[in-house]
Amino acid sequence: MSEKFDVIVVGAGMAGNACAYVLAQGGLKVLQIERGETPGSKNVQGAILYADAIERIIPDFRDDAPLERHMIEQRLWIMDDNAYVGASYRSEDFNQEPYNRYTILRTHFDQWFNKKVREAGALVICETTVTELLLDGKRVIGVLTDRKGGEIYADAVVLCDGVNSRLATKAGFHPEIQPKDVALAVKEIHFLPQETIEARFNLGENEGVAIEMAGKITAGMMGTGFLYTNQESITLGVGCMLSDFKKQKVTPYQLLEKMKNHPSIKPLIADSEMKEYAAHLIPEGGYNAIPKVYGDGWMIAGDAGQFVNGLHREGSNLAMTTGMLAAQTLIALKAAGKPFNATHLSAYKTKLDNSFVMKDLKKYRRMPDIFHRNKQFFTTYPDLLSQAAQSMIRVDGIDKKSKEQGIKKSFLASRSWFGLLGDAFKFWRAVE
Amino acid sequence: MSKIEEKLFQDRYQVDTAGAHIAIKDAELCLHCEQQQCAVCCPAGCYTQEGNGRLVLITDGCLECGTCRIVCDQRNLDWEWPRGGFGILFKFG
Repeated sequence: MSEKFDVIVVGAGMAGNACAYVLAQGGLKVLQIERGETPGSKNVQGAILYADAIERIIPDFRDDAPLERHMIEQRLWIMDDNAYVGASYRSEDFNQEPYNRYTILRTHFDQWFNKKVREAGALVICETTVTELLLDGKRVIGVLTDRKGGEIYADAVVLCDGVNSRLATKAGFHPEIQPKDVALAVKEIHFLPQETIEARFNLGENEGVAIEMAGKITAGMMGTGFLYTNQESITLGVGCMLSDFKKQKVTPYQLLEKMKNHPSIKPLIADSEMKEYAAHLIPEGGYNAIPKVYGDGWMIAGDAGQFVNGLHREGSNLAMTTGMLAAQTLIALKAAGKPFNATHLSAYKTKLDNSFVMKDLKKYRRMPDIFHRNKQFFTTYPDLLSQAAQSMIRVDGIDKKSKEQGIKKSFLASRSWFGLLGDAFKFWRAVE
Repeated sequence: MSKIEEKLFQDRYQVDTAGAHIAIKDAELCLHCEQQQCAVCCPAGCYTQEGNGRLVLITDGCLECGTCRIVCDQRNLDWEWPRGGFGILFKFG
């Protein structure tokens, strides 16, 4: 392939598809390279799609995108071994079109998204792994692929190659990823008849629920669990920081099995057929883990740039938004006849800083460190909460005043006044 | 469904018979690694502890998450993506 492109986009996930689509719509000559057999075949997500991000790129996406259920209810479970203390929010407002968020199956969704990319005029080649960036000094001038005569040239390369960000680390653009900055998540998809799902979760047709879980299911590690309803399946999984996984002896699949056998979860997936098991790393380092995302002839978008809001479980919307902003930067420069060098590509960083992406990540910049250093939020408190709830709910002839005193004592015994106040302050600092 | 093999049995792969995409650089280095956390952390159970301190890596069930590369303090892995079209092929993702 001797022809030269305006832009090469590496990867066909949320960031890559958003970027390639916007570039092609903007009239640039785009090549998108994907290592999977088809777009989506290497991609893993929970998965919740936030309508807002895709709507800004493809306003009428609802017409033909493969969407599972729109979410009308969000549950939060703080769990110990036998129980959970929960909160939920369910509103008929979420049942009004246009819907705000949906469950999706990434393999199906990404194929649809990539079809849009091709229709917009980008050239897409699959089953091709980009092995290295081609450099002229510090400037990226193209990519090397594992195809015959695999050198392909472009004025800019946008790296949407996912959390492992191999191309940028190989090129020395940023250091290796640290275990403290990524979570390892494993999940399964369980099939059940549509009516069974709707009955078990109190849902009408096309309505969905998301359950986010914290506490004992992560075996003392910093992490969370989740369960999402799809049309005819349930996706459930658990993820913990890799730095925590590294220090203990429970395997990820043992953790998942334990979660599936929790007395509150087991009945929800009873008699289902498991059809796929997947694992994925999630960038959780936040603001401080974001590398340099542009340079001479290159930009980084999506998970490769560590753009994930861990607390709010947002990632795909940040991926799409960063991919879109990278594309818009290139389109504007091309129109102005300016070269894609670091000076001009810095406009991408300005766009990021002015968007919700960096504003949100900056707001929660202290969170990863605070939670890393204070595991009691994942161990002690879920236990205390559960015991307190049980004490107040169980009717056993003990007066409520004595029960309250007992609960107070249990909190003080575990954390002390100083500890409790300190934890309250830390929690506030993490999310302020 | 508690064994990893039973989970991986549900997954679709195009195994590259031309060679593995991950290789242990120096097996001796693993002998001196006390934790061998790759064997604990790999979500596909690709790393097996032999009992004599040796580690065996079989990449056929690899889910391509990248965990082993990041947890290896010794940086003792040659870790590349599989050739285009090979490896795990998610049906649902």
